[in-house]
Amino acid sequence: MDRNPIRRQLAIMRQSLFDQGYLDEQFIELEQLQDDANPNFVEEVVTLYFRDSARLILNIHHALYVHFSPTLFLFLFIHTHKVMILLLFFRERKPFDFKKLDGFMHQFKGSSSSIGANKVKAESTLFREYCRSANAEGCMRAFQQLKKEYATLRKKLEAYFQLARQTGPLETATRPK
Amino acid sequence: MAAQGRHGGQESNKMTALVVDDNTVNRMIHHRLLDNLGIENVAVVNGKEAVDIHCSGKTFDLILMDMDMPVMNGIEATRQLREMGIRSMIAGVSTRSMEREIREFIEAGLDDYQEKPLTMSKLISIVHKING
Repeated sequence: MDRNPIRRQLAIMRQSLFDQGYLDEQFIELEQLQDDANPNFVEEVVTLYFRDSARLILNIHHALYVHFSPTLFLFLFIHTHKVMILLLFFRERKPFDFKKLDGFMHQFKGSSSSIGANKVKAESTLFREYCRSANAEGCMRAFQQLKKEYATLRKKLEAYFQLARQTGPLETATRPK
Repeated sequence: MAAQGRHGGQESNKMTALVVDDNTVNRMIHHRLLDNLGIENVAVVNGKEAVDIHCSGKTFDLILMDMDMPVMNGIEATRQLREMGIRSMIAGVSTRSMEREIREFIEAGLDDYQEKPLTMSKLISIVHKING
C-alpha cells in the first residue's frame, strides 16, 4: 500500500471507478500503453473521447428533439399601410430517423467501449435496442439516462486526472480487485 | 520473419501498418498499440483514403480495417484492395457482432477479424499470423 496519502487517495478513487461499474478492463488496457515516453496517454485519449463524443451527443439530441423543420418563412413589411405582416412560418413534423439515430449511437458506443466507459456503453446498447424497435419514447428515456451516466463519468474522470497530475500516475496498471 | 515494408519509398526491415478508421479515439489507440510493438504506422479516415494511399504506391505489411466508415466502408475498401492485387495482411476490426455482417466482411478478403476494442493481445495474435 502506497504510504503517500494522495497516491493512496488516487488508488482508492481508481478502484471505486471499477467497483461502481463506471470503467471496465479496457481502461486497464489503455493504462498499459502508458510509459515514460507517453506518461499522459490515458488522459489524452479520455480527453479526446469527451471532445469527440460531445459532438455525437449533440447530433443525437438534434435528431431526437429538433424534428421540426421550417418549410417556409415569409416576412412582409408594408410601409404604406403601416402594417407588418408575418406570414407563413410553417413547421412540419419530420418522423424520427431511427437509422440515423442508430448510426450516431453506433459511433458513440464504439468510442465509449474503446476507453472502457462501461455504464455509458450499456446505456448506448439500450438506446440502440429502442432504435431497432422504433420506440421513440424508449430512445428519449434511454438518452436521458445515458447523458446522466456520461456526465457522471466525465466528472469522476476529471477529478481523477486532476489528482493524478498532482501525484504522477500510479506506477503499474493493476486489475481491479 | 517480418515482411519487407515499404514506407515513404524507402525499404526497411521494420514492419509497417495502415490504420483505417473514421473514429479519432480508435485511431489514437491503434496507433499507440502499433507503436508499442515497434510497428511504423500511418492512419487514414475511410476506405477511399486507404485505396488512394495504395494507388500512390505505398504498401504495408498490415492493414487494420474498420468496417463502418463514411465515403467507403471497410468491406468495399477490402474488396478493392484485393482487386488491385494487394496481398498485405488485412485484419478487420469492428464492433459488429452479427455473424452475417462479419461473414460479409471476411468474404471481402480479410485475413483476420477481431472485435473491437482492439487490445494488445488481439494485435499480437494478428502480427503472429504475419510472422508465422
